[in-house]
Amino acid sequence: MHFAQPLALQSGASLRDYMLMYETYGTLNADKSNAVLVCHALNASHHVAGEYEGQPKSQGWWDNMVGPGKSLDTDKFFVIGINNLGSCFGSTGPMHVNPATGKPYGAAFPVVTVEDWVNAQARLADALGITQFAAVMGGSLGGMQALAWSIMYPDRLRHCVVIASTAKLSAQNIAFNDVARQAILSDPDYHGGDFYEHGVVPKNGLRVARMVGHITYLSDDDMAEKFGRKLRAVADNPAEAGDYKFGFGVDFEIESYLRYQGDKFSEYFDANTYLLITKALDYFDPARAHGGDLAKTLSGTKARFFLASFTTDWRFSPERSQEIVQALIRNRRQVTYAEIDAPHGHDAFLLEDPRYMKLVRAYYDQVWNDINEKAAA
Amino acid sequence: MNFNDLSSARPDLAFIAHWVPKNAHVLDVGCGDGVMMDYLQSDKQCSGYGIEIADDKVLDSTKRGVRVIQQDMEKGLALFGDDSFDTVLCLSSLQMMKHVEPLLRDIVRVGKEAIVSFPNFAYWPHRVALLKGRMPVSESLPYEWYDTPNVRCATITDFRDLAEECGLEVIECVALAEGQRVSFLPNLRGDLAVFRLRKKASH
Repeated sequence: MHFAQPLALQSGASLRDYMLMYETYGTLNADKSNAVLVCHALNASHHVAGEYEGQPKSQGWWDNMVGPGKSLDTDKFFVIGINNLGSCFGSTGPMHVNPATGKPYGAAFPVVTVEDWVNAQARLADALGITQFAAVMGGSLGGMQALAWSIMYPDRLRHCVVIASTAKLSAQNIAFNDVARQAILSDPDYHGGDFYEHGVVPKNGLRVARMVGHITYLSDDDMAEKFGRKLRAVADNPAEAGDYKFGFGVDFEIESYLRYQGDKFSEYFDANTYLLITKALDYFDPARAHGGDLAKTLSGTKARFFLASFTTDWRFSPERSQEIVQALIRNRRQVTYAEIDAPHGHDAFLLEDPRYMKLVRAYYDQVWNDINEKAAA
Repeated sequence: MNFNDLSSARPDLAFIAHWVPKNAHVLDVGCGDGVMMDYLQSDKQCSGYGIEIADDKVLDSTKRGVRVIQQDMEKGLALFGDDSFDTVLCLSSLQMMKHVEPLLRDIVRVGKEAIVSFPNFAYWPHRVALLKGRMPVSESLPYEWYDTPNVRCATITDFRDLAEECGLEVIECVALAEGQRVSFLPNLRGDLAVFRLRKKASH
């Protein structure tokens, strides 16, 4: 959807006009009370669920969660997936033409924040005639957007579903993000962000950025179990384990795996987008405007909350979710909090775990009852 | 859930529910399947949270519309501020805790009033079992010594001492047998001890 009205950004800059890609699943009911907005994390898009016709392997990024009969049941709810500004999946981003110069934005694309995204999402909601979402939901960076919704637009969501997220990044989180950014910025093919006109892509930088990021998504135990110190099999005989090669190529399975992930990522993701999104992560700190007092920050919220964290997630650990829970409790907000003992680290929020899926389903049953009770009242 | 449903499912909880005022802000420490909070929310318009560690019970509570916080109560109640609840319940859970005393102190810290229940080890069939040289196994203590989750065994008299030690005022102390109040020889005839407590007024 195209928006012609300029969007003022937190940085002071503004976007003159912009495009937001979105997808919907299910049917919006007559009183428009069953809409659920699903916000994406770093490398995902508006394509939350289902497959595109004739395109196998095009499954949505949260397809195990969202769909007919699933935990977020699209037979009941009208689910909206939206692609954020600055991303590289169709919404206006650094690879698009800057109307002021006639050239791609590149590094000149304004730095956007979680709050800017939420403002843009609110305009989409306006355009769709949705005054109040049944729920706004997201995991990781998506959870930050859901949390920001509850603070910025308290009347526009009944429930706020925040999975494996945090109210602010730690120094360690920012450090990892900066390593990733430095990898991109120091790649000669980055060309100060204007690599589009040079016909190249800073693949090596993106690759390293993804490799670093990917390590933080997995738990130590999970990595040990999946890869351990296993050596890569001999190329022409997969059954035979290799030996040390005494060089700087790939010896270990984990190296092979990370390089593969990095390669794959660098083929579809945009380097400027990576920079922008990691900055949005770093800057997110809604309590900053309240002297670091998260309880005060959340005092104006009206939504009911569901939070979940995963015990082995060291990127956004359970303690980060507990801080949000504590601040909500201080405000006597209705909050449900689950700490799921899953081995997969931060990635667990995207994976199938029956305890997690059943609990989210049970919560959405409550959301469903809530909107129907409201309609009956 | 109404009072009759609660009475037939859990007569002990039905008895205790009388002590929780309408519209109270309640914390149920070890809320299990959430039946008590469910009743208090629907019949007494109470608000608040349950705390539970077991995944299946967190799910049951959520299905009932109870706001449940999944955590190990052994780790204390640091999430909650002083006097932030009208009533804190800890029903048939305290005996499973390794650190009973710190938790009890935390319970009265966060609640203006606390209601604590636990199986009374001095219940006469338990005494008979011990006289026969066996650890008691009964309806209220249905486990063998080697698999019981009840790691702390106390009697009504013992708990009074701990309450005193922790600077607590016992507002009421009742022994229940099959959910009914026992007035005569409570420490002998009651299988469940129920204490209503609060911090002693400081001077």
